[in-house]
Amino acid sequence: MDANIIISAAINGLLLGGIYTLVASGLTLIYGVLHIINFAHGSMLMLAMFGVYYLLTLLGIDPYLSIFIMVPAMYVFGYLLYKGLIGRLSSGKDENILLVTLGLSILIENLALMFFKGDSRTILVSYSDRMVELGPTLVPLPKLISFVMAMLLCIALGLFMQRTDTGRSIRAVAKERVGARLVGIDVDRIFAISYGIGLATLGAAACLMMPIFYVSPSVGHVFVLVAFTVVVLGGMGSFLGAVVGGLIIGLTESFGGLFLGESMGQIGISLIFILILLLRPSGLFGARQ
Amino acid sequence: MNTQHPLSRRLILQAGAASAVLGAPGLLLAQPKPVKVGLVHPVSGGLAYSGGQSRMGAQMAIDEINAAGGIKSMGGAKLEALLGDSQSRPEVGVSEVERMQQDGVSAYLGCFASGIALPATQAAAKYNTPFLIDVGASDLIVNRGLKNVFRLKPGFGKCVDDAILALGEINKSANGVAKTAVLVHEESEFGTGTAKLLGGKLPSINIQPLETIKHANPTRDFSNIALRIKGLKPDIVIMSNYQNEYVLLARTLAQQKVEVAAMFSVLGGGFNFKLVKEQADVAQYMMDFNHWYNPKNAKAAEMRKQVEAKGGLFTFEVYLSYNAIMLYADALQRAGSADKEKAIAALETSTWSPSIMPYGPTKFVNGQNTGGRGALLQASKSDIDVIWPNAFASTKPVFPRPKMG
Repeated sequence: MDANIIISAAINGLLLGGIYTLVASGLTLIYGVLHIINFAHGSMLMLAMFGVYYLLTLLGIDPYLSIFIMVPAMYVFGYLLYKGLIGRLSSGKDENILLVTLGLSILIENLALMFFKGDSRTILVSYSDRMVELGPTLVPLPKLISFVMAMLLCIALGLFMQRTDTGRSIRAVAKERVGARLVGIDVDRIFAISYGIGLATLGAAACLMMPIFYVSPSVGHVFVLVAFTVVVLGGMGSFLGAVVGGLIIGLTESFGGLFLGESMGQIGISLIFILILLLRPSGLFGARQ
Repeated sequence: MNTQHPLSRRLILQAGAASAVLGAPGLLLAQPKPVKVGLVHPVSGGLAYSGGQSRMGAQMAIDEINAAGGIKSMGGAKLEALLGDSQSRPEVGVSEVERMQQDGVSAYLGCFASGIALPATQAAAKYNTPFLIDVGASDLIVNRGLKNVFRLKPGFGKCVDDAILALGEINKSANGVAKTAVLVHEESEFGTGTAKLLGGKLPSINIQPLETIKHANPTRDFSNIALRIKGLKPDIVIMSNYQNEYVLLARTLAQQKVEVAAMFSVLGGGFNFKLVKEQADVAQYMMDFNHWYNPKNAKAAEMRKQVEAKGGLFTFEVYLSYNAIMLYADALQRAGSADKEKAIAALETSTWSPSIMPYGPTKFVNGQNTGGRGALLQASKSDIDVIWPNAFASTKPVFPRPKMG
């Protein structure tokens, strides 16, 4: 096989992995750190993408500028959602949270169907189809931007968790909930903040993905399973894991498509998921329990 | 005051009795029993948009018929829609059919997806209730010998045959510029079936298929496929995918500047006004063989305006459902009754002309109208034009398409 094709597939895989990292970074925080299986992750991504879509089509705000609106908006939405609904209904039990987020996702998706209808929408901005030559292949500029931003986002989140008081509190709550409460950490607030941050990353992801992808009420399903795989592969709660996991999954999908055919290629993702669960359940960078 | 009470009561009773004797039959005569039509569409779930469009088209027809005085031969009987939702799931479609049967349905309309139409029509067959297929491409729907099923629009096989005919004619008039094709299709029955049929028929119009590429649903990235196509250098790329993948693939091919004479599809999932509006540069010159209205018909143009004025899109679901209801209304008019046997007999002998479509008069053979056909469409920068058949064409084809540069 031509070397150029393999290099192109590698580049495409890495860029696709960047998108997966974007979606998975919020999930690794919510799922990994707080052990909330957030079934609503996909529908929240969809909501954020519709937000970006309407900011552009109704108000003319560029998707990249929308980051400054969507990130705080999604944070506040996540914070209030946890405080007002998820936290109250779950009574602190993980299995309840699972059911609440599942119910929420069904509700949100059906409301989206009612209001936005079932068809998919795309946006067109001046740089949508601008191509950058990268080795033997042409790469759309927005894809490259989303890749770089995904990496920066994960670095920023990692630093936030390591260096800030809130980050330390989140880690403390994740490790020892009762102990954290004993030293005066407001556990409920930390849960709400974490959920808010998780959704805020989706706000950023939506802004970076809209120039590349489409949005429809079911778009969340396209990414959410992959995002869970990335989190499990990289290690729950590890942002470095989200980056490495995202890239590995992106490359697997790309090379799988190349060698096994595009229809069969996606089997690789599921294979990796099974192998990781069998051989290293804590993931590549996850702390061993 | 007290003495007046018995008198008033008696008067009231008398007046009431008189109106009951004289007025009620009059009222009954003025309002013949409405004919209930069950709309079995997927208005929620993955196919919700198309289901909603179908419902809108059916409702437009029902409103129009009722506003014009109902079914004349039935004393002006009105049509009444029983709204159903198959939730994009076959088993729910069947339960909607059963529910409507209990509600006294006279005929069904549905189902958008073949997968829902197959079991739903079978359920309706138990009650010998006419089932009008508005959208549903699989030829199995009408090939199973069910007497109650009628499909006005052409099926899958006919669409592929006509699409090949159209592509052949257009290629011939361009001196046979296209000699090779690559087929890209999604992995389910729709994409695989279309690609197989097309791939087998392409050599008959002197176009050789170079490769057939299958992809999963969903596919999130078409970069590798685009590069593969670029390497194969086909004259035509033929696509058979659902909406999301259709748009992503078309966009990636445009981004990767894959130079071809045409991008072609049959019943293309994402070829619609939305694509033209949102991705004008990508959509321009793309060709799709699909169900379409007659652009030269004034009534069709008026309907399009009506739908667009409400912020909607005049998609094929709208006018296919509209026409199916009109077909049923014509059968009722001739049968003079909503009796299921009589309505089925009237549908079997129907010679109704849906003027808003590029169709001739209806002629049903085993439930399939043989007088219908699709049209070859081409996107311009702002609209979609009919380019074949010539009698209905609103413009000439741009083939081969100009180089992207």
